[in-house]
Parts: sequence; structure tokens; C-alpha cells
Amino acid sequence: MTTQARFPAVSRLLHWLMAPMIVAMLFIGVGMAASVSPRYELLVSIHRPLGIAILVLCVIRFVNRFINPPPELPDTVPSLQRFAAKASHIVLYALMFIMPLVGWGMLSAARYPIVLYGPLRLPPILPHDLTLYAWLRDLHTDLAYLFFATFLAHFGAALFHGLIRRDGVPGSMASFGGGNVGQKADIG
Amino acid sequence: MNSFWFGARPVSNVGVLVRLGAIGAVTLGVAGAFAYVGGWFSPVRLTQDRMMAAFQDANGTHAGFRRNHAKGVCVTGWFASSGQAAALSKAAVFRPGRVPLVGRFALAGGMPFQKDAPATVRSMALRFLLPGGEEWRTGMNNIPVFPVNSARGFYEQLLASSPDPATGKPDPAKMKAFLAAHPETVRALSLIKQRQVTSGFANSTFNSLKAFRFVDAAGASVPVRWSTVPVQPSAADSAEPPAAGDNNYLFDDLIAQIAQQPRRWQLMVTIGEADDPTNDATLARPARRRQIDAGTVTIDHASSEDDGRCTAVNYDPLVLPSGIEPSDDPLLSARSAAYARSFTLRAEEEHEKPPSAVTAREVQAGGKS
Repeated sequence: MTTQARFPAVSRLLHWLMAPMIVAMLFIGVGMAASVSPRYELLVSIHRPLGIAILVLCVIRFVNRFINPPPELPDTVPSLQRFAAKASHIVLYALMFIMPLVGWGMLSAARYPIVLYGPLRLPPILPHDLTLYAWLRDLHTDLAYLFFATFLAHFGAALFHGLIRRDGVPGSMASFGGGNVGQKADIG
Repeated sequence: MNSFWFGARPVSNVGVLVRLGAIGAVTLGVAGAFAYVGGWFSPVRLTQDRMMAAFQDANGTHAGFRRNHAKGVCVTGWFASSGQAAALSKAAVFRPGRVPLVGRFALAGGMPFQKDAPATVRSMALRFLLPGGEEWRTGMNNIPVFPVNSARGFYEQLLASSPDPATGKPDPAKMKAFLAAHPETVRALSLIKQRQVTSGFANSTFNSLKAFRFVDAAGASVPVRWSTVPVQPSAADSAEPPAAGDNNYLFDDLIAQIAQQPRRWQLMVTIGEADDPTNDATLARPARRRQIDAGTVTIDHASSEDDGRCTAVNYDPLVLPSGIEPSDDPLLSARSAAYARSFTLRAEEEHEKPPSAVTAREVQAGGKS
């Protein structure tokens, strides 16, 4: 019988709001970069505003993390896994913040208008510069692969905790049913 | 909270292996789906990289240059709207007034040092800089229709026109097979051959070969195509034969003419009817359609690509202001995607790019090479 503190409701809401957005974003990105079909136009028109939405939610998430700190991992988790968990979360947080900025920056350096919807556009944040664009465009791809690999590790680790260790770690983020913020859920 | 995977029963060693296998299979499945979407498992899917490889096969490697319309010069000027198109499109560019232009004149094909020739397709690309950060980018050609109506058709045409490694020349049998499979190209090429070729860029008419839609303030839309029609008198090509040895005579003439006085084109918008096809760029525009004179394009300055303002610009046909929307023509998305890849490649290669065919010195000398 183990008990594992659950993430606060706001944190769980942000996690489950952003998780499908980020995974969709990675699939849309890799798909549009390989496409010359009519889907390309549709994918690009989703990719840009979705990326900016992730950036905004990411900032809210940082603030929330300070207000509502996450629960500690169970004591049973070995220190190496504890380190891996911490490191992968830092990488995930960093990427969900940096990726939209690199995207916004590379479009700025190429002077593509950054269209959100209809006449709504974001201003450029970097000077018009081909070399800078090339650098940021490559970085955007490299970070996307790193992001996907880190997501896979996070996803695999959640399954590992749930199916092998059965220490209630996925449950701390999984459920919306029952329980108030900060409640210790009996998941034994 | 007591879902199946947190069951209290202890798991046997075999159970752990099965569960580990399941975790591996699910994770691999997600990775596989990602790779599938990225095209890694689809050797025949037409991707941006395969399109770029076909350009390289057809034209060779020219680091730092656009993969198509590689030879060109930059120009600047302005667009003075007549206000007449404002009723059909809410785009700010059509309200009476002026917006600055950054343009580019070029020759079709991926060879940046090809010799100017009368029959080579000429293009005019324009970037309208609207107030509030909106932009309208459009590329137009001096042909009445486009030779293909799909990305696949374009790709196959490139492959068919690529030089055979054995002979160094395109294989006529390949082009014959391509044309046999693409009757729409045969029809389009015959219309293209019949066009009147003028003496230069300044008196050429340039057509947007794809359809778009104008959207008015109430949200109603109509299919449109547009053209820039020269205000300066047109002269047939035979009037001015190229000087022997002048590889850049079309560009040199244009530079000299602009230096002499600004050159002007009327932006003519052809309004389609509701059931006009908009998804096939090989079809001739239907006859007797309403035309609107949307305003005047004035070009008053030319510069080499090496120091011009058009070089770091991708003339992506899907960069449109609110009030102009793409049609259902699949070539728009295909061009936007291929241009994006071409733009990234040449940006990556910028440091190894040799000087363009039309150099800054040539422009300063008034277009004499």
C-alpha cells in the first residue's frame, strides 16, 4: 500500500491541455516539412497559432509551478531514476518555452508574416537576416527531434511507473475524478 | 482510483516481461507513427526533399541560388491603388493609396547563369508591404497557362527533362512518355507556344497562373486571377535582336530602361464566375470575364541580387493579406512548400554562393555587361 500525493488540479489541467497540443504540434511539424500536398497549407496555418498558444500556456504553467509546486516522487524511486525524471522535466519545460520562440524568431529572420488568424499578426522579434534564419531553421528541426525523443522517454517512463513499478506516479497526474487539490490519494 | 495497472496483485517475472514488452511496443508504435508522418516509410511519397532533388537532377547544383527562377534582379517601387478592387476584396492594399513594393524579375529554370533567350519564360514577383505588417506576395509569368496542374505532374516533368547521365542530354523518349501521360500539358504547351513574346521584361504581361479568391467586407468571395499589363508600348521580340555575346541582354535592357524612367504596369484583376474551374492551372482563362483595373505598379529602381532587397525574400504565393485567400488549386500549397524548402537550402548555402549573373557593378554601369 503506497500513497502518492497528486498534482494540484490546475497543474493537472495544464498538463492535459498542453500534452495533446504539443504532441499534435510535433506530428504537424514533421508532417508539413515533408509535404507538398494541399495538406501543407492547412498544417502551416495550424502550426503557427498553435505554437504561440503553447508559448502562452507555458508561461502560465511556469507561474503555476511556483504557486503550486509538484509533489515529490515516491521515496522508493532510485536516485538515478530520480535524476533522469528531474532532467527530462527540465528539458521538456525548456523545449516547450524555447521551441515557439525559435519558430517565431526564424519566421522573423526570414520576414515571413507571422499570421495567427485573419488579419491578426505578430511583429518580428529578430532582424531580417538569411544566415540567422538558416541557423534558427536548423535549430528548430533539431530541437523538435530532441523534444519528440524526450516526450517518448516521458511517455515510456509513465508507463514504466504504472505497469512495472506500480508506484502511483502516473496516477498523481492522471485522474480528475474525486479528490481536492493536494489530497493524498490512496492508490495502493 | 484503482485502475487495472495499479492492481494490488504482485506481478510474476513473466508478467513483468510481458508488461515491458507492451511498453516497448507502444513507445515504438508512437515513434513509428511519427516517422510515417515524416515520410520515412514512404519512398514514393512526393516530399519537399524529393522535389528539391529533382531540381538538382534537372539543373545541377548551384549553391545559394533559388531552385527555380534562379537568374534574376531585384527591383523596388510602389503600387498606387485605384480603389476599384476594394468592393470585391477587403484587403488594405486595394483601398485608394500607395504601398511600397519589393520585386524581382527572373527567368524560369534553375540555372542561375543561363543565357537570356526570347523564348525563356519571364517572371515578375512582387511583395506588397501593407500597413500593419500585412503582406501580399505574388509571382507571375509571361505565359497564359501553367504547363502542369499538380505537384506530381511538375515533378515528373522535371525528371523527364533531366539530362541522362550517359549522354548529358535529356532523353527525348522520357519527355515523349511524360507528354503521353499528361494530355493537359500538351494542350497547355501549345497555348504557351502561341503567346506573343515581346522584346523584354518591361513590355511583357505577367499572369498569376493560379486562381485565388477575393473576400469582401461581408465575407462574400469570388474567384480571381490577376495580371500586370505593361503601360509602356509593346514591341515584338524581333524588333530588338540580342547583341551577340550579351548573355544578360534582357536584364541589361530592363536595368537601362528603369534608369531612364520608371516603368509601369496596370494590375488587372479578372473576376471569375462561380462555376469557373479554379483548380487546374493548365486551363485557359474563360473568355469574356469582367476585368478591374486595381491600380498601377511602378518600378523605379533596380539592383543586383547580390545587394538587392529581394534576395532574402521567399515569394511564397500563400503570403496573402486578409481579403485575399487561396483557391482550391493544389499547386498553391505545392509551390508554398517547395519554395520554403528552396529558401531554407539557399539560406544554409549563403556563405558559398558565387556572385549572381547580373552583378552590382553591371547594374551601376546602367545595364551594360
